[in-house]
Amino acid sequence: MTGQLAPGTRVRVRLDWPETRGPCHIRTPYYVRGQEGVIHRALGRFRNPEKLAFARPAEELALYHVRFDLRRIWPEADADLLVELFESWLEAA
Amino acid sequence: MILKDLDERDILNGLRALLAEKGIADAAEIAARIAATDAANPGQGAAMVARAWTDPGFRALMLADGTKAAEAMGIPMRGLPPLGVLENVPGLHHLVVCTLCSCYPRAVLGYPPFWYKSAAYRAKAVRTPRALLREFGTELPADIAIRVVDSTADYRWMVLPERPAGTEGWDAARLAAIVREGDMIGVTIPSV
Repeated sequence: MTGQLAPGTRVRVRLDWPETRGPCHIRTPYYVRGQEGVIHRALGRFRNPEKLAFARPAEELALYHVRFDLRRIWPEADADLLVELFESWLEAA
Repeated sequence: MILKDLDERDILNGLRALLAEKGIADAAEIAARIAATDAANPGQGAAMVARAWTDPGFRALMLADGTKAAEAMGIPMRGLPPLGVLENVPGLHHLVVCTLCSCYPRAVLGYPPFWYKSAAYRAKAVRTPRALLREFGTELPADIAIRVVDSTADYRWMVLPERPAGTEGWDAARLAAIVREGDMIGVTIPSV
């Protein structure tokens, strides 16, 4: 998703596994992929680490704190969760 | 020339020479950065916490821009990832982890404690955080929600704990002495 996402916007993390397609550098933890969350706040724009890691030209991407209910991932978790995620990993939920 | 056959000291010296030749970092700059990294320690974060507890203007700055707040305390932050500060408030407790690797606010807390990078800590923090806190001797009342902060990208996060009861009238130096490393990661809570 692109454009400024307001706090409260529902999002889903792309269910994608670039690791299965070759060497890569991913900052999106496995356990939130495919999960629904809510934009908590915008954290600014940072250069795409997936390209920086290979010294490739890296565009700036919006980075968000996305909030998840951990109980929906692991019923025993009893907490919520903030994760920094780049806009390129988010889709509308 | 095969890289793996070279002495690691030669590789390091070659890298340093290249950095200097390309104008990225000279020997003095690298030495200064190593000295700053080695000098960083939890006392710096504790001093920030104590000042936030006694100076509302600093607290507001710290929550809005942790990097500026650290710089205001004389902590070198240039070229480092931005520092984010998570405020514990009544009913909400933060716990910081990096499940991917070992992201840690080294500039203000120094090197992470040995367990921070362990697979056990990283797994338990996101899966059974309340039980993990209990392992650290922290019994959170059931009505206090836990918010786990998985530090995955460009920020480094520290917790601003709640000022404990019984510290009324204390000055910042006395307050700083009770703030421990774990309090700023969120595995423990300051007490007197």
